[in-house]
Amino acid sequence: MLNTEPNLAAPDDFYEELIGLHRDLSDEQSALVNAKLILLLANHIGDPGVLRQALAAARQDVVGLDPATPLPETR
Amino acid sequence: MKTYTQPVYPYTKPTDAGLPQHWPVIVVGAGPVGLTAAIDLASRGLDVLVLDEDDTVSVGSRAICWSKRSLEILDRLGCAERLVKKGVCWNVGRVFFHAEQVYQFDLSPEAGHRRPAFINLQQYYVEQFLVERAGEMPGVDLRWRHRVVGVTPERERVMLTVSTPDGEYAVGADWLIVADGSKSAIGGMLGISSEGQVFRDRFLIADIHMSSAFPAERWFWFDPPFHRHQSALLHRQADDVWRVDFQLGWDADPEEEKKPERILPRLRAMLGDEARFEIEWASVYTFQCRRLRSFRRGRVLFAGDAAHLVSPFGARGANSGIQDADNLAWKLELVVSGQAPERLLDSYDSERTAAADENIRHSTRSTDFITPKSAASRTFRDAVLMLAKRHAFARRLVNSGRLSVPATLCSSPLNTPDTAPFASPMVPGSPAADAPVTGGSGDWLLDYLGQGFTLLLFLAGVPKEGLLRELAALAADPIACASLLVGAVGADLPSGVCALAAESGLLAQRYDARPGTAYLFRPDQHVCARWRDFELTQTRAAIARATGQYMH
Repeated sequence: MLNTEPNLAAPDDFYEELIGLHRDLSDEQSALVNAKLILLLANHIGDPGVLRQALAAARQDVVGLDPATPLPETR
Repeated sequence: MKTYTQPVYPYTKPTDAGLPQHWPVIVVGAGPVGLTAAIDLASRGLDVLVLDEDDTVSVGSRAICWSKRSLEILDRLGCAERLVKKGVCWNVGRVFFHAEQVYQFDLSPEAGHRRPAFINLQQYYVEQFLVERAGEMPGVDLRWRHRVVGVTPERERVMLTVSTPDGEYAVGADWLIVADGSKSAIGGMLGISSEGQVFRDRFLIADIHMSSAFPAERWFWFDPPFHRHQSALLHRQADDVWRVDFQLGWDADPEEEKKPERILPRLRAMLGDEARFEIEWASVYTFQCRRLRSFRRGRVLFAGDAAHLVSPFGARGANSGIQDADNLAWKLELVVSGQAPERLLDSYDSERTAAADENIRHSTRSTDFITPKSAASRTFRDAVLMLAKRHAFARRLVNSGRLSVPATLCSSPLNTPDTAPFASPMVPGSPAADAPVTGGSGDWLLDYLGQGFTLLLFLAGVPKEGLLRELAALAADPIACASLLVGAVGADLPSGVCALAAESGLLAQRYDARPGTAYLFRPDQHVCARWRDFELTQTRAAIARATGQYMH
């Protein structure tokens, strides 16, 4: 099950590092760095069910949601 | 071409031929698939007429990678040895991104297999060897420059109108095998169209003759310095001929790109200024991933490219077509001889469409990696390649073609499901894994499989009288089943039963066998049932199932 409860010990620190990762990069370079990051994290997670939920959650609200994938939701 | 002279096969006038007006089976198309089917049918005792509109073999190398399974099938038909001797054996593939190698794979099979993972050999050689093998078979009548111009399916037969330089004639068959290639003329005449996807990309393919120190390996480049933003492939064939393949993009002009003045600078950039080479053949191609909805329409059976198309990356075209022929021939023999119901041929459709779907899925995935269809897709592709250099996990994502492995027909209606656990991947539907053996007819298990149904029985000690009586009865059934006894000692074996020794232990290991274990193989060397104990009734039931007696 994809964990969408708070799990980052220092969320502001992480966010700053994530934005810092893209400093001085062109849009194209940023896209490449993001793609590498996704692939590294996906391999670390490994569990296909969790990955499928993360893929669906990422697409949610951008376009319609695939109703086949139940998502955890924080209330 | 400098390295190969196209044979020109003699044309026989229809009036001189004294052709019978009716055949059990007619094959249209004398390519690798049609010829394999014809040789297989003739080896099973059927008379086959093969019609081809041309009078020579393939122009250009076309299919070059022949898989282990194809070689095993051609071994059964008595012609793989020539291919292996003439071909180039290779195991290593390298993938480059920009100027650097990011990934390397080795396809060397484990020890104890007769055939390598792949050999490379130009399609024209394979066709020539198959034509010559067909010429040795009294049952095959191969007619060059006999073009089918009309086809009329009837209830009890299929009628063909055949055009020759001396006019037209009519001929009929119980069954028609359509192996006339990707632009199947027969499919067109019958109004059958395939469904699938066309890829918006063009590739330049060329055979070059070159003495070179490049190793016999498959080299694949993504975005190399010598061909920016596109892919390229270099692969060795027989006679110092090399296959090169350049991705060109959808907007390339095929006629322009085929001109030597366009090709030579690309090759110079790839091979270096010192390389000495000549272009033997060049072509520009696009490709599709598609298949017919059904490979059987009544008495018409489609095989090879006429039935399904994939991209060339993965060597899944000709190899899967040869497996089509392998799957079809024994079923047709049983149906023609009245030993199996016609619906057995529906299993050809279900088994081989499932195999085609597997090939199409792999091929489509490779194509999406090689030819990304969106900016995001290209970004991920480049990210994978960049990561692959440093991180093992990403190497598994690199896809320059997932090379052909034989289909496991695991959902086939002909399989008898397992009733006991086995720690072996030889599930019902699997093509038999080879292993070294000692016996009267060869040094490999596969030498003993494929004439008809075969039972492989592992024993310890002297076989009981009652067992030998039952095996003799199996061998005398209308659909005969021969038996191979492994580990049996000291008995007079009845006809249809032979003893094998398998001292290396690899056979028992690959089949997770212990005394009592029995495997039943179909005539195409696929497992259709396995048990921990032999029992005559269930063996006969499995043979009945595998020959379509229980199909609806």
